[in-house]
Amino acid sequence: MAEPVGLQVEINLEFCQGHGVCESEAPEVFRVNDDRQVELIDSAPGEDQRAAIELAVKYCPTRALRIIQG
Amino acid sequence: MNTSSVPQKVSGDDGNTGHLEELRSDPIGLMQRVRDECGDIGEFRLADKQVVLLSGAEANSAFFRASEEELDQAAAYPFMKPIFGEGVVFDASAERRGEMLKNQSLRDKFMRGHAEKIASEVERMVANWDEEGEINLLEFFAELTIYTSTACLIGQKFREELDVRFAELFHGLEQGTDALAFVDPYMDIESFRARDASRAGLVVLIEEIMDKRLAAPTPDKEDMDLLDVMLSVRNADGALRFSAHEVTGMFISLIFAGHHTTAGTASWTLIELLRHPDLMNSVNAELDELFADGSEVSYQALREIPLLESCLKESLRLHPPLILLLRLALEEFEVEGVNIDAGKLVGVSLSVSNRLPEAFVDPDVYDPYRYMEPRRDDIENPWSWIPFGAGRHRCIGANFAMMQLKAICSVLLQDWTFELSQPPESYRNDHARMVVQLAQPCSVKYRRRVRVPQEAGV
Repeated sequence: MAEPVGLQVEINLEFCQGHGVCESEAPEVFRVNDDRQVELIDSAPGEDQRAAIELAVKYCPTRALRIIQG
Repeated sequence: MNTSSVPQKVSGDDGNTGHLEELRSDPIGLMQRVRDECGDIGEFRLADKQVVLLSGAEANSAFFRASEEELDQAAAYPFMKPIFGEGVVFDASAERRGEMLKNQSLRDKFMRGHAEKIASEVERMVANWDEEGEINLLEFFAELTIYTSTACLIGQKFREELDVRFAELFHGLEQGTDALAFVDPYMDIESFRARDASRAGLVVLIEEIMDKRLAAPTPDKEDMDLLDVMLSVRNADGALRFSAHEVTGMFISLIFAGHHTTAGTASWTLIELLRHPDLMNSVNAELDELFADGSEVSYQALREIPLLESCLKESLRLHPPLILLLRLALEEFEVEGVNIDAGKLVGVSLSVSNRLPEAFVDPDVYDPYRYMEPRRDDIENPWSWIPFGAGRHRCIGANFAMMQLKAICSVLLQDWTFELSQPPESYRNDHARMVVQLAQPCSVKYRRRVRVPQEAGV
């Protein structure tokens, strides 16, 4: 099995409304772009971002985020 | 095999305006009967309009996933147009709502400022309370949420120019949401006359405020609130771009969605906690522990308050402030093999969905622990737990609303104890209007809370 390179976050763009909670919780991982959709700045964030990402997942008002690996 | 068919009609058509009178007297009974008799898809009639009511996770998800081209919101709520006013955007397109979110105050980075304002507005409302007394829940929360929503969404400066008259007029608007508007929103009936008089009253109040602002020196850019900004927009000849009528319409549309909804949920949470004293004790203990470190309500409201949040969610599930969401089918729309013709209204009932026994164990029981790990009833049932709608159409103010409700409850329950003034089962919603509000009487008694002094920290 390949060694995971980092955390993998899944974004459900059907749900995302661009509130920017994730951006506040984990500014090094998420950014809300000009089309008001979230995008990943870091597609394979390291372990040091885990706590911040977990908060982003938890507080996302539209439940659009999920950690799928790591 | 069930190939494409037409929606089954529910019983009870009165041969005149169909189910309109039943919708005006017992809408939840009507909508539950549609599900009981017809299953996921059933049809009732409001005068010359057919309404196809969907329920169940699968049908609901088809509703919430539909595009604006398939199911249109704006045309589905005829009772809102006279409230917002002619020529004022009713329900902005999804695109425009997105724009509002991008530019405006509902984004997360503004929440901290909002939380402080909300906590301070609650403090101001209780500042003139005696040591003990009685409040009318409907009046108290309706006034409070006018101040919080104007302070957060329009600006503190505008909020300071308001008093209880604004809340009273706003209530007159909300009372003008009689379902008779499906026949004619300008019918000559008392509640529509009161609605129009209330709107005219709001225009007068706002025009006075506008005149006062215009007579004063133009504020610096950083001191401007939304009204100043609107006054600064001029036509080529220097005349105001927005009349008092238009400004009023825009402010009403900013405030409307978050007003009776938040007021009702705060009221029902208080009522349910008073109906369940053990829960009230647990919520008080949770708050006491959270605030033991001396942190501000505005700070905690942005963080996790698990049991209180679950109580708010459970109040929203059992007493959703919106009971029926509607769209107009612009083209033929198919759900579970059933064809819905263009021109019909399509609805989803929040009251029915939130109590589906397939999704919720003991659906009629107030049980906030259903949201705790590992049950997480709200997350497990994204198309059935729908007090805020769902998917791409989910209420964009949901986050703001939850934060606001946490702040309101934290301030009130920290400093005051409450007691029901009436038999517990006598509190109920008034469903005679499309805007659901508490029915009168709805009073509770309050008393300043005496807390056992905490042991001094080490």
